This record gives sequence, structure tokens and C-alpha cells, in this order.
Amino acid sequence: MTDTIAYGVALLALLVAVFAATHTVRDAPFGNPLFYAVSVLELVLLVVMVGGFVALAQTDRDVSGGLYVSYWLTVVVLPPAAVLWGIAEKSRWGTGVVVVALLTVAALMVRLLGIWKGTYV
Amino acid sequence: MSEHASSEDAAAGRTSTGPGRALVAVYAVFAIAATARSVYQLVVKADEAPVAYALSALAGVVYVLATYALATDRHRLAVGAVLFELVGVLGVGLLTLLDGGLFPDATVWSDFGAGYGYVPLVLPFVGLWWLHRTRGPA
Repeated sequence: MTDTIAYGVALLALLVAVFAATHTVRDAPFGNPLFYAVSVLELVLLVVMVGGFVALAQTDRDVSGGLYVSYWLTVVVLPPAAVLWGIAEKSRWGTGVVVVALLTVAALMVRLLGIWKGTYV
Repeated sequence: MSEHASSEDAAAGRTSTGPGRALVAVYAVFAIAATARSVYQLVVKADEAPVAYALSALAGVVYVLATYALATDRHRLAVGAVLFELVGVLGVGLLTLLDGGLFPDATVWSDFGAGYGYVPLVLPFVGLWWLHRTRGPA
């Protein structure tokens, strides 16, 4: 996992978070465009995760594997969990939940990069 | 954003709906973060910094309690947990500034939560504000 990939994915998560936040501010319901945006992010996350696992298996550096894998699993669970739990809230704050989750995804991507490079923990 | 919340967002006694929904989400994230971190620290390297890791575990428990209380509209339990959280982040934050040697390894509350974008410092204030708004016959 390189800087470009990690920060790229984090940036994508931030962009979708901003998109979700516009829903929260305008009191707009959770619509298809937002659903597709979160889906694209989730797909990207899954692809990068698989790539990350392959890289973990091949690297001869001392990467904290358990930590790395558990962070990844948290990252890919967050968006679908937020969408499901957010849709259940009928007010504007349903998409607020999605904003929170996507900001967390962005933060976790930066931390994942740190774990991968051995600069964190 | 939250200033624009209409009065119906804050149904009396309900801490889990409206803006509370998003707040519960933030608390859930920190409950997972602090708990997972402490479990990892205690399992992998308990002897390195027992005080810091015990505090991580305590912080985790407090966040789990606060999340549970807010999500299930348990107002008084939520006030207690959030107040404890406030004392924790201020106390640990101050201690890490005064005597870094006490905490050789970081916790969620170290340096007033700087490692988590100071969210742990802001969160209890938001929590108390929300609990104040939703106070009433629970």
C-alpha cells in the first residue's frame, strides 16, 4: 500500500462524506446518487483491501499483521453499517450517520498507511 | 448544523433520535476504537505501559456505556458516562502534559485526544449539550 493509494482512498471517502453532508444540511432524503457514491467507495475499499492483503502476504518487512487486517475489516464494515443504520433514522441525521462513518474511514486509511509503513504502534 | 435542529428533533427524553443518531454513531466509533485498542495493547504488550493500557480499557468501557445509554434513551446513565468521560479526557490530558513519563504509550485521552483530532475533548461537551436539550421526563 503506497501513500498515493491510501491518501487517494481517504480523499474519496472525504468527498463522499461531503456529498452526504450536503444531504444532512439540506434535509434531503438518502437518495440513489448517494447510495451509488457509497457503493463505489465500498468497491474501491474492497479492491484495495484485497490488494493490501496480497501485499501483506508477500512483504518481508515486519508489518503488524493482526492490527493491519483488523483495521481493514473495520474499514470495509463501516460504510454498509452506516447506510443500514442511517436509513432507519428518518430525519436529516440519518445521512449524518453516514458522514460520521465516512470521516472515520478516511482517518482509518491514514492510520492503515502508518501500520503498513511501521510508523504507528 | 446542529443549531438548526428543529424542536421536533429533540423529543423530550429521547437521546437516540434526530441529531442524537449521529452522536450515537460518533460514540460507537470511539467505543470500538478505545476498546479494540486496549484489548490489543493488553494482549500484545501488557507489561510495557500497564497504566496507559488500563486507562485505555477504562476509556473503552466509558465509551461503550455512553453509547449504550444514548442509544437506548437512558438519560441519567448517559449523563454519568459523559461526565466521567469529560473528567477522564481533561485529567489524562493534563497528566500527559505535566508528566509524560506516566504514560509511555498513548491512550485515546492522551494530550487531550490529539491523536484522534481532539474529538475526544469536544465529544463530552457535545454530549452534555445534547443531554441538556433532551432532558425531561425520561
